Amino acid sequence: MDLNGSQMVIEALRRENVSVVFGYPGGAIMNVYDEIYKQNYFEHILTRHEQAAIHAADGYARASGKVGVAFVTSGPGFTNAVTGLATAYIDSVPMVVISGQVPISMIGTDAFQEIDAVGISRPCVKHNYLVKDAKDLPRVLKEAFYIASSGRPGPVHIDIPKDVTAQIAKFDYPQKITMQTYKPTYKGNSRQIKKVVDAIANSSRPILYIGGGAVNSGASELVREFAKFTGIPAVETLMARGVMGDSNPLLMGMVGMHGCYSANMAMSEADLMIALGSRFDDRVTGKLSEFAKHAKVVHVDIDPSSIGKIVDIDYPIVGDLKNVLSDMMPIAREKVKRAKYQSWRDLLKRYDEIHPLGYSDNKNNIKPQWVIQRVGETLGDKAIISTDVGQHQMWTAQFYPFSRPRQFITSGGLGTMGFGFPAAMGVKKAIPEKISINISGDGSILMNIQELMTAYESNIPVINIILNNGFLGMVRQWQTFFYDKRYASTDLSRAQPDFVKLAESFGGRGFRVETKKEFDEALKEAIKSNVVCMIDVNVDRLENVLPMVPAGGTLYNMMLEYKE
Amino acid sequence: MKEIRRVLSVIVTNEDGVLSRISGLFAGRGYNIDSLTVAPVPETNLSRLTIVTCGNERVLEQIVKQLHKLIPTYKVIESGEFVEKEMALVKIPLNEDFNGLDAMLKAYNGTIANSGENFIVIMVADNAKRIDNFLKTVKRYNPIQIVRSGSVAMDI
Ligand SMILES: Cc1ncc(C[n+]2csc(CCOP(=O)(O)OP(=O)(O)O)c2C)c(N)n1
Ligand SMILES: [Mg+2]
Repeated sequence: MDLNGSQMVIEALRRENVSVVFGYPGGAIMNVYDEIYKQNYFEHILTRHEQAAIHAADGYARASGKVGVAFVTSGPGFTNAVTGLATAYIDSVPMVVISGQVPISMIGTDAFQEIDAVGISRPCVKHNYLVKDAKDLPRVLKEAFYIASSGRPGPVHIDIPKDVTAQIAKFDYPQKITMQTYKPTYKGNSRQIKKVVDAIANSSRPILYIGGGAVNSGASELVREFAKFTGIPAVETLMARGVMGDSNPLLMGMVGMHGCYSANMAMSEADLMIALGSRFDDRVTGKLSEFAKHAKVVHVDIDPSSIGKIVDIDYPIVGDLKNVLSDMMPIAREKVKRAKYQSWRDLLKRYDEIHPLGYSDNKNNIKPQWVIQRVGETLGDKAIISTDVGQHQMWTAQFYPFSRPRQFITSGGLGTMGFGFPAAMGVKKAIPEKISINISGDGSILMNIQELMTAYESNIPVINIILNNGFLGMVRQWQTFFYDKRYASTDLSRAQPDFVKLAESFGGRGFRVETKKEFDEALKEAIKSNVVCMIDVNVDRLENVLPMVPAGGTLYNMMLEYKE
Repeated sequence: MKEIRRVLSVIVTNEDGVLSRISGLFAGRGYNIDSLTVAPVPETNLSRLTIVTCGNERVLEQIVKQLHKLIPTYKVIESGEFVEKEMALVKIPLNEDFNGLDAMLKAYNGTIANSGENFIVIMVADNAKRIDNFLKTVKRYNPIQIVRSGSVAMDI
C-alpha cells in the first residue's frame, strides 16, 4: 500500500491501538494534522502549550502503562516540549513524541522555525530519529513504539521534515520487530537468583527497597506476595508509592529525604538491602559513605547501567523484576523462614511507634497535611492523584493512602513544577472511571494554568486542589532551615490571582476554602460538577515537611521537628 | 580509586548521528575521551569506533554500560588483548642534520611519506606509549608540524 508520510503516521498509530493523542499544530506538522482531521481512529486533544501536551501524554502513560503519544511542530513547538521529554525520560515513562521539521532541503540553513531537534532531545530521550525518507517511516514508527515500551521504558522522539510528511512511499508496517542492536534482558540469571535466596536466608535484617521499576514491570502483586511469605519489611521510593498498598503491615513507608523515621532507620540498620527496580537516587541515599553501611546489597533492575552506578552491588541481577521474582519465589519458599525476622520486624514497629509520621492539627487554620488525609479518607481508591512539585507533593506522598500502583502520578526525577495539571488530564483520558485530582501549590499551578482551557473544551473534569501557602513553600522551607529565613523571591502572598474567578473565566468552577467544613463541601461540589475545578485552600503558611534528611546528610540523622 | 587508561572498541550501526550520540554521552556524563577513531567495518552496515578513555573502575564500568545502552550499539569490546596502533606524521625541515633518523624510523615502523623543496614528512605507526617516546626523540630535528591520529585496535 502506498501512503504519504502523514498517512503513515496515522496508520501506524491505528495499528498500535492508540486511542488518544495530545498536541499543538504549526507549519511544519500541518500535513500530519490534515490527516488527523480526516481520521477517526483516535481522538486528538488540543492542549494550550506544547509542554502540557507532553505531560498529558506522560500522565496518560503513567496511569495506564500504555505508550503516550504527542505531536508538536518544529522550532518553538519542539523546544516547548523539551521539559516534558526530560521529565518522562528520567522517570522511565513510555512515550512517542512526533515533531515537525523544516523540509530536508532547508535543514542547516537556519530556516524559519528550524532547530536541531534531535540534537536537543538526544540527552532527554531513550532514542530519537530524524526521518529523511518516507520509506523509512514504517520501520521507524514501529521501532519507536517498541523501544518506548520495552526494556526500561522511556520516551522516543521522531522528527519528521515537512517534505517527508508529504512524500509517498510503500507502507509495509512490520508486525513484529527484532533489532540487531537492541535486546533487553528479561530473564534473570538463575545461579545468581539462587545466591540471592541464600543471602536472604542467611540475613537477619533484610529490607525490600522498592522503586519505580516495580510499577513499570507490573510486579506489585508479586512483590506483595514475596514480602508476605518471607516476612521481609519494605520501604517504597516516591516512584513506588502504592506498590505494597498503604494498609500493608510490612510497609515501613516512604524512604529518603522526606521518608518516615522507620523506613530510613530500616535502610540504615539492614544487613541485606534488596533493591527492586530502584536506582539509588541521591534523594533516597543521602550521604553515600554512610548509606547501607552494614548491608550487603542485592540489586534487581532491567537496566544494567543502573546497577553499580552509585553503590557497589554484591548481588546484581539484570532482568525484568516480574520474571526474577517468579523465579525466586519457589526457591525462597523452601529456604526463607519468616520467623527469623520477627525481632527485626518488632524493632521497626517500635521505631514507627516512637516517631510516627504525623503533624499537629490545629483549630484555627487548615494544615496542608489534613487536606490530603481528608481527600484520602473521602476518595481513597476512587481517585488517581497527580501532583506538582514542592511541599504539597511530599505531603501527598506521605499522607495519601495509596492502595495500588499507578495511583500516584508525580514528577520524581526531574521535579517539574507544572507537571500536575496536564498529567491529571492525561490520567482522566486514560482511566475515565476514576476521579482525577491534581494536588498543587500556588506556585506550580501557574506554570501550566492555560490548561484550564483544554480541560474545559475537551470535557476533562480534573479537580485541582491548590494548597495555597502564599509561598514557593519547599524553597521557603530550605530558606528557613539553611538560610536564616532570608526569603529571597519565595513569598507569593503579595500578588495572587483570584483562583475562583480565574477558573470561572475559563468555564470551570472555583472554590475558596478557609475552613475544613468548606473543604468538604467544595470537594463534594467539585466532584458533582463534572467540569474542571480549582479548589483554592488557604493553608498554614509556615508548615514544614518533616522528617527531613538535609541534602548530603545521613539517612539516620533525620530532622524530626523544627524549633525556632 | 585509581585512574586507569582503557581502549574500547565500539561497534555501532553506521547511521546518521551515531557519533554525536557517543560524543554527547561522554560530554554529558563527564567522561574523558583521550582519542577517538571512526571508520566503517568493511562489508557490513556497521562502524567501529576506537575510543581511548580513562577513569576509575566504577567510571569505566559505567562508560561501557552507558555505551551498551545506546540503541545503535551492537557490541562493546573492552577486555582481553588488543593490538593497538597509532600513527603520527612529522614534518621536518630539510636543513636539519638527519644523523640517526634512519635508525629511528626503523625502530618505530616509520618511513618517509613525502617530501618537498625544503621539508620531508615522516610517518610512524606504533602503540601509543611508543609514539609518545618517538615524538620526544624527534624533537631534536625541530619538527615544523606534528599530526597524531587516534588509536585503532583489534582484539586478538
Ligand atoms: C520548573 C521548576 N522550577 C523551579 C523549581 C524549584 N522548586 C521546587 S519546589 C518549588 C516551590 C513550589 O511552590 P508551590 O508550587 O507553591 O508548592 P509548595 O512547596 O508551596 O507546596 C520550587 C520553586 C522546580 N522544581 N521546577
Ligand atoms: Mg506554595
